[in-house]
Amino acid sequence: MKHQLDFEKPILELQSKLAELKKHPETHSIDINVGEEIAQIERKLEETKRQIFLNLHAWDRIKIARHPKRPFTLDYIGLAFSDFNELHGDRLYAEDRAVVGGFGTIGDHRVMVIGTQKGRDTKENIRRNFGSAHPEGYRKALRLMKMADRFGLPIVTLIDTAGAYPGIGAEERHIAEAIAVNLREMMLFEVPIIAAVIGEGGSGGALGIGVANRVLILENAYYSVISPEGCAAILWKDRAAAPKAAEALKITARHLKELGLVDEIVPEPLGGAHADPKGAAASLKSAIVQHLDELVALTPEQRMEQRYDKFRSFGHFLERKPVAGESLEVKEPKNT
Amino acid sequence: MTTTFTKKTLGLETTEPALTPPPAIDKVAPFNKKPKLGASKARKRDIPEGLWTKCPKCATMVFDKELDENLKVCPKCYHHFPIGARERIHSLVETCTFEEMDATMVSVDVLNFTGVASYTTKLEDYQKSTGLKDAVVTGICMIGKHRAALGVMDFSFLGGSMGSVVGEKLTRLIERATEKALPLIIISTSGGARMYEGMFSLMQMAKTCAALGYHAKARLPYISVLTHPTTAGVMASYASVGDLILAEPGAMIGFAGPRVIKDTTQAELPPGFQTAEFLLDHGLIDAIIPRNELKERLIQYLGYLTASQHLRAAV
Repeated sequence: MKHQLDFEKPILELQSKLAELKKHPETHSIDINVGEEIAQIERKLEETKRQIFLNLHAWDRIKIARHPKRPFTLDYIGLAFSDFNELHGDRLYAEDRAVVGGFGTIGDHRVMVIGTQKGRDTKENIRRNFGSAHPEGYRKALRLMKMADRFGLPIVTLIDTAGAYPGIGAEERHIAEAIAVNLREMMLFEVPIIAAVIGEGGSGGALGIGVANRVLILENAYYSVISPEGCAAILWKDRAAAPKAAEALKITARHLKELGLVDEIVPEPLGGAHADPKGAAASLKSAIVQHLDELVALTPEQRMEQRYDKFRSFGHFLERKPVAGESLEVKEPKNT
Repeated sequence: MTTTFTKKTLGLETTEPALTPPPAIDKVAPFNKKPKLGASKARKRDIPEGLWTKCPKCATMVFDKELDENLKVCPKCYHHFPIGARERIHSLVETCTFEEMDATMVSVDVLNFTGVASYTTKLEDYQKSTGLKDAVVTGICMIGKHRAALGVMDFSFLGGSMGSVVGEKLTRLIERATEKALPLIIISTSGGARMYEGMFSLMQMAKTCAALGYHAKARLPYISVLTHPTTAGVMASYASVGDLILAEPGAMIGFAGPRVIKDTTQAELPPGFQTAEFLLDHGLIDAIIPRNELKERLIQYLGYLTASQHLRAAV
């Protein structure tokens, strides 16, 4: 079976057994009837799935997040949004197809939807640059977001990228600057912003369209400061230690929720989004619509303040508190 | 069109992360092959004067004392050695005007990072070897006649990497600058976001830029000075959004590490790739300023950038 993950093996075995039995009922065990045996296998299948997906390691989830059959941005746009009108170009240099964006409607909300887009086969992956955007992608996103802000459209971003593209052209046209400007500008928009990590949340390349009032993450997606392979190469001097790094970096949806870094985990159908893209899209849609309903009810000032306070609060550190009579605070000169 | 490229395999496993993590101090090799950056140098200086340092660029033996007096710039070839945050501040601000902020803030091992080495131990080691609490020193000072908010990073502390402390100290500095209507100067040097604090490190990029957004909205000037090296998460946040972006000669500046780019693209890197000079030619940097001229130039720039404030005050 193509694209089978190792931990999915027991599930696929049961599924093929079930299919075989339905196709050739005469092969069933002698002492029970066919219907009963099928029901038994179906129960066992459900139970096996539940057991497996309940106990996944961080590394298993990363494999699901990178699954080639996992729904990508345009799949979710097709399934959860209606009348998507794609808009192209950064008006500066090029059209970057690793980022897609345009008008779309979700529930009752007309929005600007933007996301990083991977390809499913080699040809599409070359066109989409494997979902890794150049500066033009981030600048296109910014252009569309500014337009959304001007005309009062909420912004929804879907994040699925291994990271911004590490290439010569990307450096020559200042990819770091493109991301940094987005971080600053997204903070000042008056419209609601929702970001959803739907697969891979690869570092600055993900954050570049990820500054939002609400940050959602799909159950099997991950969001990390560095790829587990990159972290393993530096700390363990061995890329094969990636599963250990994945665990240590605390990058799964559950960990991120526990640490307060994401607002909500969007549940995926049992077996992962790749097993049921429609179910996953319905789940994502209901979460986005619910948060949009909440955010449109706020004033622009409240939304800006909420977004600022949310990101302002991230960080853990220790400060020595001043003892009685002592002041650690900076004294301001009187002449100002 | 965007650059096309070829990949050996379909998978993304050869793609490195967007944020290059801090290079370990003893493994600085990726940057320009200039050996002996940072910590080892700092330790050497504690030994009584009279020692020599070999310039990695022109191989001249320079008296450490002379090097210190020359702001860590080789007197012969003008190679800029790394300079500590304290020395840098000393070289820029008027005597006794630096009021440090958040001097006691220290990092914590929030993820309980289970790696090959303990983060807590690493922090303690670096605090001992550098005399710093973390990789940035912030405060309010006078530069010439200008009152300014100043943040200076130090590469010798864990590769100048940005975790919660760097992000928080800079954010407080920026917020203070906005509140007091002060111009802001941040002198960066960093390998990027700090891996040991995971996603909290990444979020410092958004946090600092958020504060800068409001500083900019208040029409207050921000000068970003890039020194060797400034890369990855720091470059992709506050270092890149100055009203002015200045750089020191020869500084390595970029987003992804050169090795990562080479591995991903399988292409030869252009000569001088990711240096200050290369980025000036490619339109990112306003000016390259030698270290010994920086103070004078900052005073001039601040004069222009705060001119309207003086006008308002005069009315």
